[in-house]
Amino acid sequence: MTVNDVASVLGAALLTKDTDTSRPVREGYSCDLLSWVMAHGREGMAWVTVQTHMNVIAVASLHDMSCVIIPEGIHVEDEVLEKASEEGISVLSSGLTAFDICGRLAAAGIGAC
Amino acid sequence: MSILKEEFPVEAMDFVTAGEASAQIKRLLKKLGVDPGVIRRLSIACYEAEINLVIHSDGGKLTLEMNPENVSLISEDVGPGIPDIDLAMSEGYSTASDDVRMMGFGAGMGLANMARNADRFHIDSKVGEGTRIEMIFDINK
Ligand SMILES: Nc1ncnc2c1ncn2[C@@H]1O[C@H](COP(=O)(O)OP(=O)(O)O)[C@@H](O)[C@H]1O
Ligand SMILES: [Mg+2]
Repeated sequence: MTVNDVASVLGAALLTKDTDTSRPVREGYSCDLLSWVMAHGREGMAWVTVQTHMNVIAVASLHDMSCVIIPEGIHVEDEVLEKASEEGISVLSSGLTAFDICGRLAAAGIGAC
Repeated sequence: MSILKEEFPVEAMDFVTAGEASAQIKRLLKKLGVDPGVIRRLSIACYEAEINLVIHSDGGKLTLEMNPENVSLISEDVGPGIPDIDLAMSEGYSTASDDVRMMGFGAGMGLANMARNADRFHIDSKVGEGTRIEMIFDINK
């Protein structure tokens, strides 16, 4: 499953420009504590978080994650999206809760780590 | 013999550039062809050290030094220092402010993450002066 597939499973909007949305998504993760994600994150992960500041992109990028998914339509600042585009991290926005996002991704066959 | 030595200044409470030094260091090591497993461990430890400089110190720097056997990463700062290092090292302990916690920092896992990911970890701190952390990552393991 790719970032594009994840977006269509969730009906999510792609907020970033020029990122590679054909990247495979290997597994999913949901957590809002950055150190926790730093300790457990992995390459190719789709990460669901309500945090929307610059450091989310830093953590996602250090782990070469495939995408970050922001739930409940939470607003993401332009600078953060620009940074994400620069780093090649796709950012998706969904109106669903983190719980529902994870449920749908699991049902679509994305494994947890 | 050191192949490379580079310093990265880190400013206190600057959440916009926080993580930049770690990203630069990761890119540099990638370019030098360092083993991805080593880069991963070093990136995690480096990010935690960098964030601690941002949220706990009054400013500091990260120094990366590479030789044929290993990569060393030193975090040095001016700041409040750590009164009880054993306590600070225990997972879950954090003195981070509520504001900082709201951003998802302050899980109290940083020092433990560093010690776990480095092959050698040494921390020195003087209350009222600052903190110095030295981490060594073996390249050929
Ligand atoms: N560079 C530093 N200067 C002063 N205190 C520090 C520094 N690094 C860590 N500490 C202290 O050690 C505690 C634990 O650090 P850490 O494990 O990284 O967790 P966190 O950063 O989430 O609080 C911090 O809350 C702080 O009290
Ligand atoms: Mg920390």
